[in-house]
Amino acid sequence: MKKKLTAVDFHGTPEQEEKLRAVIEKYRGVKGAMMPILQEAQEIYGYLPPEVQRIIALETGTPAEEIYGIVTFYSQFKLNPSGEVAISICLGTACYVKGAGDVLEEVSKQLGVEVGGISADGRFSLEATRCVGACGLAPVMVINNEVYGKMTTDQVASVLAKYKA
Amino acid sequence: MNYNDLIALRDRKAPGITAADGGFRIVVGLATCGMAAGANPVMAAFKEYSAGMDNVRVERTGCIGICQYEPIVEVYEAGKPKVTYIKMTAERAQRVVEEHIKGGQPVVEFMLTENGRAVYSLDDTSFMKKQVRIALRNCGVIDPENLDHYIARDGYQALHKVLTEMTPDEVIDEVLKSGLRGRGGAGFPTGLKWRFASDNRGKVKKYVCCNADEGDPGAFMDRSLLEGDPGAIIEAMTIAAYAIGADEGYIYVRAEYPTAISRLQIAIDQAKEYGLLGQNIMGTGFNFELSLRFGAGAFVCGEETSLMTSIEGKRGEPRPRPPFPATKGLFEKPTILNNVETYANIPQIILRGADWFASYGTEKSKGTKVFALGGKINNTGLIEVPMGMPLREIIYDIGGGIPDGKELKAVQTGGPSGGCIPAKLIDTPVDFDSLAAIGCIIGSGGMIVIDEDNCMVDIARFFLDFTVDESCGKCTPCRIGMKRTLEILDKIIDGKATEKDLQRLEELSDFVKTASLCGLGQTAPNPVLSTLNFFRDEYEAHIKERRCPAHVCKKLVQFIIDPEKCTGCTKCARKCPTSAISGKVREPHVIDQSKCIKCGVCMDNCAFGAISKN
Repeated sequence: MKKKLTAVDFHGTPEQEEKLRAVIEKYRGVKGAMMPILQEAQEIYGYLPPEVQRIIALETGTPAEEIYGIVTFYSQFKLNPSGEVAISICLGTACYVKGAGDVLEEVSKQLGVEVGGISADGRFSLEATRCVGACGLAPVMVINNEVYGKMTTDQVASVLAKYKA
Repeated sequence: MNYNDLIALRDRKAPGITAADGGFRIVVGLATCGMAAGANPVMAAFKEYSAGMDNVRVERTGCIGICQYEPIVEVYEAGKPKVTYIKMTAERAQRVVEEHIKGGQPVVEFMLTENGRAVYSLDDTSFMKKQVRIALRNCGVIDPENLDHYIARDGYQALHKVLTEMTPDEVIDEVLKSGLRGRGGAGFPTGLKWRFASDNRGKVKKYVCCNADEGDPGAFMDRSLLEGDPGAIIEAMTIAAYAIGADEGYIYVRAEYPTAISRLQIAIDQAKEYGLLGQNIMGTGFNFELSLRFGAGAFVCGEETSLMTSIEGKRGEPRPRPPFPATKGLFEKPTILNNVETYANIPQIILRGADWFASYGTEKSKGTKVFALGGKINNTGLIEVPMGMPLREIIYDIGGGIPDGKELKAVQTGGPSGGCIPAKLIDTPVDFDSLAAIGCIIGSGGMIVIDEDNCMVDIARFFLDFTVDESCGKCTPCRIGMKRTLEILDKIIDGKATEKDLQRLEELSDFVKTASLCGLGQTAPNPVLSTLNFFRDEYEAHIKERRCPAHVCKKLVQFIIDPEKCTGCTKCARKCPTSAISGKVREPHVIDQSKCIKCGVCMDNCAFGAISKN
């Protein structure tokens, strides 16, 4: 599975780093501890950006590229944080022919977020999904489990405005 | 804890399990599936309504087995048969407490019904009658978070017997004699695996591992066992460690099973506290340390060498064999790896003897097998039956047949590595060899029932899509071969394939099967090969007639309006997302096939049944 690196700036706090170092310390000398370290690191940060991988690499003496290899192998490990506002747009057939592609493009343009990416402030993440099974409402956009049906490019701005803090 | 303590504790606690010590024991099925159906509020309600009653104990248990009736509650009362209540809610709990517990009148309307009559206990239903529960013996009976319950059901007796009365070789001989074969899919004799790893006891470091990375879609027996009876797995692993001379072990469990993980950890901690795990077990001087490792969402890690690579903290890619894990496994040390269900059988084999175990099953497949029944079947659930039971009995007697009067088309076994047993072979005995003979496998035990509404090409494609996504990419035949196979299936489903593609599909499948490095690739073409074998006519209909006989493959389906039935109400035309339907008011409408995207909205909305699939 291909994974993209995040565009979001890393905002790790000293407290998080302290926790991470404690985790690494806990597993020092334990054989095969890389998986539990990465799993607990993801619990601390919510994802595993290069900055976190680097700390683990330096502290455990493991090459950074090896850690990156592990992180990208397992689907549970995330390189990107999810946004506070997670937007997914259905690209199932019914939605697509009714212009979901245009809606997706419009959302991407207005937020400055690529498909599969996240805004620089970490607020919005944007995804294209397979059919959500609401073809009668096509095109469908789902934001944090709330469904918006019959979307048009004109409506994008007003819907997004609700989520802009 | 020494043997006398263990026996004393068992004798003290055993009556409580069946409420033979008086009063009532109410158990609520709190496996993941029960909780998803709302069992937690039911448990809370029972506690609330029975508060202050000294003669009532409300306790949790694991999976009771019959999924579609969750949440399930069972009431034990001294001297009376157990009563099973289904589809419980907090309100129903209140009535059970009032009428049954206080009033002495079991609430008939919350019970299972069979042939129009209420059945008091699940044990008396046809779902249960033909089952033999060895691996599942404690599931749905004990509280999995209370070691005393496991001990009350003879827990750790087998370990004590092994440590004090048997030599390691005798343990291996017993397991070998029982005929137990691996329950994870490959069916390798467990005793043989242990023997291969038994050289140089005490001289080299060895490991005992448990494969709890249950990844097949549609299989949940390992999760249920871990959630319902974690003690049995831990005891069995300790027995295995004694048999091969290991002092350290790992359970590799998938991170997607949080309840199983927490119950395993509780069971490990309690066993250590009681001196049944860790250093100097039961004062015998035997040591065994056990820890958990979590999978991170990679199907290939269910393959033994990948699993070990993953425990080592690396990318979970398989290694070529030989060397086999028995000589060079985890951290390059001799290792045995068994599946959860395999382990669950061990304590009973030791306690009741190899001959008792071997009295179940067929000549070459001994004992029982747990299956997860799902798909188009009335009784979805977890069942355990003797090996060799004809498929017909499983599907119709235990499973209750196919819903909505539909016709059985096939039974898919073994998940993405398995095949489809066609309806005409329904009398096949379900054991390792009989299924292998028709190109199927028992696999880990998922059994998905397929009816006339499913397209077999589409089913094959579903599994291929899964394995392509989960291929680790290390070896070329699997990485590229499966991708190409999927592309051919897509062509067939889209109605663009030629007969040459069918031939290519077969060749490619054979090639991937022979040339792949590990079990994932070696078995991935099975769903294709087996559907090709038994349902070639469906493939041919897609290719030659551009038709999907089950009306599943969208590109080959046409929606048509019956002009006789159409009243011209215009509803379909208004609902159609692509404006493919035209016609005047009160006159029959027509669908423009070039515009139709086959979403089916028109058919769902037609009040006159005038629209059908062709």
